[in-house]
Amino acid sequence: MKTRSRSRALRTPGGLSLRLDLRAVVVVGLFLATALAAGVALIGTGDAHIPAADVLRTLAGNGTAYQDFIVNELRLPRVLVGLLVGASLGLGGALFQAVSRNPLGSPDVLGLSQGSTAGALVVIVLMSGSATQVTAGALIGGLVTGLAIYLLAWKQGVHGYRMVLVGIGVSAIVTAVNGYLLTKADLVDAARAVVWMTGSLGGRDWDQVWPLLTLCAVLVPLVLAHARGLRMMEMGDDTAAALGVRVQRVRLVLMVCAVLLTAAATAAAGPVSFVALTAPQLARRLTRSPGPNLVPSLCMGAALLVTADWASQRAFGADQLPVGVVTGVLGGGYLLWLLVTERRAGRI
Amino acid sequence: MLVDSSPVPRAEAAPAPPTRRAARALGLLLSVVMLVLAALASIAVGAKALSPDQVWHGLFHDTGTYGDVVVDERLWRTVLGLLAGAALGLAGSVLQALTRNPLADPGLLGINAGASAAVVTAITYFGVTSLTGYVWFAFLGAAAVGALVWFLGGSRGATPVRLALAGTAISAALYGYLQAVMIIDDSALGRMRFWTVGSLASATHSTVTQVLPFLAAGTLLALALARPLNAVEMGDDTARALGANLDRTRALAMLAATVLCGAATAACGPIMFVGLMVPHAVRSLTGPDLRWILPYAAVLSPVLLLGADVVGRIVARPAELQVGIVTAILGGPVFILLVRRRRTAQL
Repeated sequence: MKTRSRSRALRTPGGLSLRLDLRAVVVVGLFLATALAAGVALIGTGDAHIPAADVLRTLAGNGTAYQDFIVNELRLPRVLVGLLVGASLGLGGALFQAVSRNPLGSPDVLGLSQGSTAGALVVIVLMSGSATQVTAGALIGGLVTGLAIYLLAWKQGVHGYRMVLVGIGVSAIVTAVNGYLLTKADLVDAARAVVWMTGSLGGRDWDQVWPLLTLCAVLVPLVLAHARGLRMMEMGDDTAAALGVRVQRVRLVLMVCAVLLTAAATAAAGPVSFVALTAPQLARRLTRSPGPNLVPSLCMGAALLVTADWASQRAFGADQLPVGVVTGVLGGGYLLWLLVTERRAGRI
Repeated sequence: MLVDSSPVPRAEAAPAPPTRRAARALGLLLSVVMLVLAALASIAVGAKALSPDQVWHGLFHDTGTYGDVVVDERLWRTVLGLLAGAALGLAGSVLQALTRNPLADPGLLGINAGASAAVVTAITYFGVTSLTGYVWFAFLGAAAVGALVWFLGGSRGATPVRLALAGTAISAALYGYLQAVMIIDDSALGRMRFWTVGSLASATHSTVTQVLPFLAAGTLLALALARPLNAVEMGDDTARALGANLDRTRALAMLAATVLCGAATAACGPIMFVGLMVPHAVRSLTGPDLRWILPYAAVLSPVLLLGADVVGRIVARPAELQVGIVTAILGGPVFILLVRRRRTAQL
């Protein structure tokens, strides 16, 4: 990491100034471009192949009726869900990692995904519920788990490491419950549950897009408004408090947002593993900028998920392999590499 | 770092007073009695409850009545519970001493997950069907993950958080792999979903005889390591000054833990938290001397495991709750309690 800063300060005539990291801006631009390009490619991929130019024309409203149906009704919602889920997971992961001050403190490790899974499994196995009910169950499961972790870790405030360890304990309990639900199910329900548990974008429609979009529209600005405090908190609670940050309040608000984002994303697409863990880490490495890197993580998450889905569709055929398998295998490998390098640097 | 307030084993510093030793021996005897009771309960309780004389009849005057058949069925399950419980308790105690880490547990450190992933690979891709075949895969997986977690967790400088995180992260990765296998292969899902939660239900005579040699070897090795591990617990410098061979002790302790966890996991699937809860409880009874902790853990862990198994049979009657689920539901809160009790500065 270079010591010389590449950031510039933007000054307005009114006396406002804004620190602008050129590299970060370029990287965010690249992430967005990648996400959109992968999105267009993903719309064109499938049993009926559509060239990218036709996809763009159809999105602009000038396609044939046939293309219009495939693009706007069938595949666009799937891509939008992918983008939104990826963005939510990326941002949620960045928040968790910043608050726990540990690169491994992501929702996958802390048991939030398992909590959502438990909620979904209850609906699938015990009630044989519809897709909408599964989504609701997953949302409730994730929120309850997040609340439980926060309350159990509370002891005159929430300390990052204690939260991580309590999360690990909660995760173990919930995983056991999930295993039990899976053994109770008959094989058809179990297969459905396992596909859900892997995380898939197959068969997503506009019903999943709108709630997620609304939630992101509310939560993302809220998170960014508190980002300044979060940056201070990376120096430690005491320093942050001395600099005027209300540590516990900022942490509570950000945790609630992170839990909501993760739970909503998991409810929409299942617990797609490792996006929340890898996106912030990759973003931080590419922007080379200190701090929580919230916006880059968000864009990185979206790019990562849609690209992974596209790769899975191209390599294994339409809807053969859920996207969660791809992110799981790639993310697992990346995790090992991360553990080795972070250990060498003594940061874990 | 070990966060126990008095990490110096008192028995090493000065011989324990005779009354204390007598109390410990008496405690051990009581534990054995508890173990016998737990074993009898495990034979008697279930979908078909048996009276004590029916159990007696089945055990010692087997004439093939209905009750005797039930006893036969449950006997092997109980024996496996005894063996696996002792193995997990010993492995947990050894790991806690070895890593000087109060939160070390074979399940938490990902060692069980490593063994599971290796076994699932063996069954699905190599067509290994016999327990003696895949127990070697289990050893391999357990050893690989154990070494990896130890290395990633920072080796000598390992902290509880680092080790737990490294173990959980690797478990998460392996869990993803297991899921991928189950999605690709539906028949694997049918078989695996029961095995991956940890259960004693499928135990038979052959299961027990196949893992017995490994478990016996691991148990003897672990018990023999009590004295050298006592030295390791005092810190590297003190141990060296006392003439302990640190590297050899560490390697043997890792071997013992791997064999015990690997064999137990191969026989009954991954079971969490037994290796965490029992050594903690035992330590508060006996003090920090491993020469007492290990025998106590070997006797009391099966009490917990069999107890959990019996509870699992009662609460979900006539179906049953797998023992791995019961131990996780019991052990998770204990773990959280331990985390909360420690001073935050050290976590």
